[in-house]
Amino acid sequence: MTSNNNSNEPAVIQIKGLKKSFGANHVLRNFHLELHQGENLVVLGKSGSGKSVLIKCLIGLLAPDAGSIKVLGDEVPELSHDALDKLRVKVGFLFQSNALYDSMTVRENLEFPLRRHWIKTTKESVNELVRHALTDVGLIDTIDKMPAELSGGMRKRIALARTLILKPNIILYDEPTTGLDPITSREISNLILAIQKKYNTSSIIISHDMSCVKLTSNRIIMLIDGICYATGTYAELCQSTDIKVKQFFD
Amino acid sequence: MTSNVLDNFLNEIGELSRFMLRFFREGFKPRYEFAEFSRQCFNIGNKTLPLVAITGLIMGLVITIQSQPSLQAFGAESWLPSVVAVSLVREIVPVITALICAGKIGSSMGAELGSMKVTEQIDAMEVSGTNPFKYLVVTRVFAAILMIPLLIILSDTIALYGAFLGVNMKQVVSFHLFSNQVFESLSFGDVLPSIIKAFFFGFAIGIIGCFKGFSTTNGTQGVGRAANSAVVTSIFVVFIIDLMAAQIGDILSIL
Ligand SMILES: Nc1ncnc2c1ncn2[C@@H]1O[C@H](COP(=O)(O)OP(=O)(O)O)[C@@H](O)[C@H]1O
Ligand SMILES: [Mg+2]
Repeated sequence: MTSNNNSNEPAVIQIKGLKKSFGANHVLRNFHLELHQGENLVVLGKSGSGKSVLIKCLIGLLAPDAGSIKVLGDEVPELSHDALDKLRVKVGFLFQSNALYDSMTVRENLEFPLRRHWIKTTKESVNELVRHALTDVGLIDTIDKMPAELSGGMRKRIALARTLILKPNIILYDEPTTGLDPITSREISNLILAIQKKYNTSSIIISHDMSCVKLTSNRIIMLIDGICYATGTYAELCQSTDIKVKQFFD
Repeated sequence: MTSNVLDNFLNEIGELSRFMLRFFREGFKPRYEFAEFSRQCFNIGNKTLPLVAITGLIMGLVITIQSQPSLQAFGAESWLPSVVAVSLVREIVPVITALICAGKIGSSMGAELGSMKVTEQIDAMEVSGTNPFKYLVVTRVFAAILMIPLLIILSDTIALYGAFLGVNMKQVVSFHLFSNQVFESLSFGDVLPSIIKAFFFGFAIGIIGCFKGFSTTNGTQGVGRAANSAVVTSIFVVFIIDLMAAQIGDILSIL
């Protein structure tokens, strides 16, 4: 666990009063969050508590019902399609299910984010970027494989490489270790830390895998009943006597 | 209960109309995904060509063999090529080919897009700056609009050859005589409507397959349901289009 304090760094993400419902299902009710430059913030919550909904609102995949979402100074719900597209280059998203395109090879998967029509690149530089991203996650020799030929941990790494290829300032991880064995899970957690050190990214990591949380978090926000129920470092929340907080740390 | 079913049905129609509207709004604007479009065309051809060819041959043979006795009873055996050609080209081949394509292409589009939806691949495209509707839906629908008429024309040709074989089982007719008779009886008014109809078949199969796939929910279970309902719905719509085409053709021929 890293204990450096980022609270005096500038905020790269600010969420205020976020509300989101699906019909009568009030998922987020009045959620606040602040992510500082260089920070690893873990959002902890039960399955179905709205963690994925939260980060999908952040990247404009879902529209919030109310509230303000500021990412790198832009108010996300008000952005035009093109402006949102430009913002998304700076915000990487690692999907829970990896979301690798299973009809494409690893190389084509990594090239896909570079298709943006306003990114002008030569064939050599694309190749260079792909190799570089794959080297970062230690899987350069899978470049011509199909995703289906890879193990769960490898797929997660490839998905991370695809996120890294545009050198994002912020990375959103949706349950990066769920469904992996404890050893692979630790490898992924360490990779997340290594990436953050190397590129000085700020991250929101959604998880309920406590060993990953312990390893990666600078600070934790507990999402319970649609609000920010508690916040603190791992060590602080461990000491909590609140029953709803405690059940995560037992 | 019944009102619920009706409700769902009307809801579905509304959603589908909105999907079609989106297709017309986004389908003709850049950026054009030519590489993906040609890949989809190849896919459609590759998947259905053998099946369509064999079915065409069998239809030609069977219709000929079965029509022979009744024409013989009227002493009109020499009309066999003309009668068979008209019914094959106008009705039987387009509909059967469209049904095969609905089964093969509709289900694969529903399943492919459905699994992309539930594994968040469509969301991933969206965040990588590629419009998934253009990249996935528009290319597939245009591929179906182009390929299904081509497959029908091919199947027509093979079915007519099948008819030639069928005619020659009981009597001896030279290929020259056979094709003369066929082309004399087939007017432009037989061929053109069937080709126009084919474009509508292609559009219906493509848009319904993509719609079902794109609106998949409920995880892996939903993928099977999307594929299944893509096939059922597009088969149903193929018959509706066929009925409408027959009616319109009838009205136009009176005028
Ligand atoms: N597109 C959607 N339509 C309707 N309900 C949704 C949608 N996405 C998520 N939900 C609901 O929101 C709640 C939170 O979901 P989610 O954010 O995926 O949970 P998790 O915290 O496990 O990531 C769940 O009850 C889910 O059913
Ligand atoms: Mg989730």
